[in-house]
Amino acid sequence: MSIPTPSAKRTIGWMGIQRGHRARPFEWLMEKFIFLVSLSAILMVFLIFIFVAREALPIFFGQMNSAPVQPALPVEEMNKLPKEKLREYLGLSPAKFAAMDEETKKLLMEARLEAQTEIPEALRQNKDAMLNTTQWRYLLQPYQWTDYDKPEYIWQPIGQIHKYNIMPLLIGSLKTTFAGLVFAVPLAIAAAIYVSQLARPRWREIIKPGIELLSAIPSVVVGSFTMLVLATFLQKVFGYQTRLNAFVAGVGLSLAVIPVVFTIAEDALTSVPRSYTQAALALGASKWQAAWQIVLPAGLPGVFAAVVLGFGRAIGETMIVLMVCSASVMSWSLFDSARSITTTIAAEMAEAVAGSHHYRILFMLGALLFAVTFVTNMIGDLVIHRLKRKLEGKR
Amino acid sequence: MTETTVSRLNVTAATAVAAGGDIAPLIDVRELSLFYGPTQALKRISLTIREKLVTAFIGPSGCGKSTFLRCFNRMNDLIDNVRIEGEVKIAGQDINSREVDVIELRKRVGMVFQRSNPFPKSIYENIAYGLRLHGTRDKSTLDGVVEQSLRSAALWGEVKDRLQSSALGLSGGQQQRLCIARAIAIRPEIILMDEPASALDPIATAKIEDLILELKREFTIVIVTHNMQQAARISDHTAFFYLGELIEYDNTHKIFTNPAKKQTEDYVTGRFG
Repeated sequence: MSIPTPSAKRTIGWMGIQRGHRARPFEWLMEKFIFLVSLSAILMVFLIFIFVAREALPIFFGQMNSAPVQPALPVEEMNKLPKEKLREYLGLSPAKFAAMDEETKKLLMEARLEAQTEIPEALRQNKDAMLNTTQWRYLLQPYQWTDYDKPEYIWQPIGQIHKYNIMPLLIGSLKTTFAGLVFAVPLAIAAAIYVSQLARPRWREIIKPGIELLSAIPSVVVGSFTMLVLATFLQKVFGYQTRLNAFVAGVGLSLAVIPVVFTIAEDALTSVPRSYTQAALALGASKWQAAWQIVLPAGLPGVFAAVVLGFGRAIGETMIVLMVCSASVMSWSLFDSARSITTTIAAEMAEAVAGSHHYRILFMLGALLFAVTFVTNMIGDLVIHRLKRKLEGKR
Repeated sequence: MTETTVSRLNVTAATAVAAGGDIAPLIDVRELSLFYGPTQALKRISLTIREKLVTAFIGPSGCGKSTFLRCFNRMNDLIDNVRIEGEVKIAGQDINSREVDVIELRKRVGMVFQRSNPFPKSIYENIAYGLRLHGTRDKSTLDGVVEQSLRSAALWGEVKDRLQSSALGLSGGQQQRLCIARAIAIRPEIILMDEPASALDPIATAKIEDLILELKREFTIVIVTHNMQQAARISDHTAFFYLGELIEYDNTHKIFTNPAKKQTEDYVTGRFG
């Protein structure tokens, strides 16, 4: 046998291709292109995170001050103050401060003084007007505001006193997400087991696209359907007080979550080798027993991944919760209203002045949401990895 | 356990009556035809299989031997568009009749597949699964049967220290012996083997063959094989199939040394197939 000698077409050392290999420039180009595309996706995530975090940073560092009533100094005192104190007083970043000339600083001092003198006497007397409500203490802990009987968690970003307690929003997100998953996950997994293991081929051809079609319905449509039809129906059935509540939002959410969980879980269960089912049946198991005792445990990593993705969809879904309920009530009850984090951002971002404390708080909420989903996904990945290794017999 | 003993007694009684005192057939197939939609895969096959012997089915690929084997535990039920004519009697009972519970049937007719297919569970759980299915809950009974089945499958020595580790960590040959142990754990009367050694190396194959000869004392074994030497080594009776028909069925020795039909002779001497 003779080894063919390299022809003239073969190249050496070009495009990282080894000696003796034929150059395939098109394949090389495609490979690099795909690599770039996938890299840009990672870059995008990174950029979005940087953007959100940058806008939220002053809140994290406690650099914002939302108190309407602040000490005002006469303009003449400008030169008596140390530079650093003056910068803080004017609320400027070091770079901006350094770039400003004396005239502008003086104008700012005047504007500040004027703004403070215009504050009505009633508000000036209110002790809450002196508080910087963007501090963590007011964001997370209950506070007894003027005219309230007891300390409360209140989200009321518009008004003379900005109340930015984020606890009602966190609980709102948790409540709706939890309710959504409680309805969606069992249904979607049961449907996945049925379609992948038990259904006759003809039924499979009908049910699978049917459920997947649910994900093609815009969430605005799901939201209005839930708000107008489901809410009334559910109230009639269960007879609770508040017609639009977290429970109804959860039912609406589950319509959006079911197709996500179903599609992935069904794929995972279908890819469990048929030979496992055959072995179980040959031992005298019924189809149900084989599906439940053998196929489901074998497909568990994939099913778990489906649930993690479903969680991401549920906590990120905005429109359905926004339409169904959006009052920021501090209550753990499913049958009270809820305002989720995403809803808050969607509803208020347009009205918040760029750079204001309200605007920054909204970004802080966004960063928080990002962190929650990131951590959940990471924990999910870890669990999936563990499950897989356990199934494969590597420990 | 008592239930199995009773059914075993029934089998012996039934077969003894059917054959009038002579060594009775355990499996009795009459005029069996099987259709996949319009295609006929098995053509009017009749044969009888005796208790506690190894019966081998040989023939070229696609001749219907595996399909025929699957008729004995009704695994063909799982495929759509399959139609069966004729009858398959096991211990005198027509297994395709309506009153037969397929789960009870599969408990009595175990199966080992071509590719080893242990469940992604521990070695212990693989064997205990069948017992649990049929209602055994007692831990000490399970322990006992697991050990006994692994010993019968000549696997105990190799795995006794890692019963709780995953079965997927075993080698191919060990996995196949585990599948045999899993099948015999529920004490079937008949074990069907569908090319059980075709995916194994020669050493693992030899171990499986030894095991089959060992198991013959307690079980009736029907084996499909591509490997004619294997059929010659381990079986008592051999059936040769070709294009969905049973060409010849006789003592293994006769099939391989003095076959009655020309086609059989051509196949076993390697002239085609």
